[in-house]
Amino acid sequence: MRNRFDTQLVELNNELIAMGALCENTIASAVKSLLTGDAKLAASAIRIDQEIDRKEREIESMCLKLLLQQQPVASDLRLISAVLKMITDIERIGDQASDIAEIVTYLSGACSHNEHIEQMAQATIKMVTDSLDAFVRRDLTLAWSVIEYDDVVDDLFAQCKQDLIADIAKNPEEGERVLDILMIAKYLERIGDHATNIAEWVEFSITGAHKSAHD
Amino acid sequence: MSENKIEIRGMNLHYGDFHALHDIDLDIKSNEITAFIGPSGCGKSTLLRSLNRMNDLVEGCRITGDIRLDGEDIYHDCDVNLLRKRVGMVFQKPNPFPMSIYDNIAYGPRTHGVKSRVQLDEIVERSLRGAAIWEETKDCLKKSALSMSGGQQQRICIARALAAEPEVLLMDEPTSALDPISTSKIEDLVLELKKDYTIVMVTHNMQQATRVSDTTAFFLLGEIVEVGDTEQLFSMPKDKRTEDYITGRFG
Repeated sequence: MRNRFDTQLVELNNELIAMGALCENTIASAVKSLLTGDAKLAASAIRIDQEIDRKEREIESMCLKLLLQQQPVASDLRLISAVLKMITDIERIGDQASDIAEIVTYLSGACSHNEHIEQMAQATIKMVTDSLDAFVRRDLTLAWSVIEYDDVVDDLFAQCKQDLIADIAKNPEEGERVLDILMIAKYLERIGDHATNIAEWVEFSITGAHKSAHD
Repeated sequence: MSENKIEIRGMNLHYGDFHALHDIDLDIKSNEITAFIGPSGCGKSTLLRSLNRMNDLVEGCRITGDIRLDGEDIYHDCDVNLLRKRVGMVFQKPNPFPMSIYDNIAYGPRTHGVKSRVQLDEIVERSLRGAAIWEETKDCLKKSALSMSGGQQQRICIARALAAEPEVLLMDEPTSALDPISTSKIEDLVLELKKDYTIVMVTHNMQQATRVSDTTAFFLLGEIVEVGDTEQLFSMPKDKRTEDYITGRFG
């Protein structure tokens, strides 16, 4: 009985890791397309997002099947419920990466000149990667560091906004482009929030408590 | 915070040379449902039976330590017949007496000297109602209790226990021989009964423990490994052995 359940839990774990890897790919492609203006990469980010959506459905149905068949308790229950919640955040990250890629397709040229948006992109990629690593390694300290790192992304967003206000004051005819870039910055900031949520679920699956040590 | 109905302190039980229960300390709170879980042979039914001295009849059974009911030492300060009136028991397999439904319920009160027909009628109805089986039996009280279904027989046994107006109800796997619908009726009934009684239940069904009990005690090899709030114990057990048992890694 337990052997089969253990195999199913390993499969669930692997599927979540696979979904996480897709998510990392889509952000990497979206960010690279943003920094280089490469439309092909943007198209690839959008394609991967569709795969992520499919994966979410698959994992969701695995979780529901496990709840039905195994009626899990203790660490099993915490793991399955955490996965069920985490896939929603991973899926949202995929959507936001895809939204960034979509903006890139009609944004003329790269926006690599904006130093803060580049830093923001790198910071959010780090948060997503670390939150997924924290899950894979059941690493509470890493999960906490992700939760803390969200402040860095929020600060960068504020700086980004200042840059864009200065841009629009300097070149009012660039208004539409500046707004597009602001949208991108906002999407990145939201990705950071979703990575924080993932880290909080990792914390829950390990400790059974939802209150982060930093609250 | 409810007060303790039963307090067990430093209790040890031997069957001859076999040390069946080790240094048990446990509080059972009034008007709560306490579940005993653990693998077969871990001592949970032994402890349950000790709570109304059913082990007295087991040859070579020796108990040390304290079990107090409302502060009274049940092994020293207490008449055993009176104790069993106060602490009723329902067994795993429904065991109605081979007599009518009415006589099953009236048996205890008659033994305790109730003779008036009116009074007995009143006790029978109240007990059957209390066990949520009055509607199904009121028109066939003369029928043999053995002709009823397993689930109905079990509720008749609960009614029989209630007829003695106990304060505590001990239940040893009360639904393990029943189908899911009868099980759910007994679970609903148990939740209803806790308003008036203190209930201690041995169960092998973890989901049942999570559904009905307030407190759960996990037994292993004659020891209580962990006792606590049921929701807490099943979501975040403190002891690795509890975690391993409830997640099905052994047992």
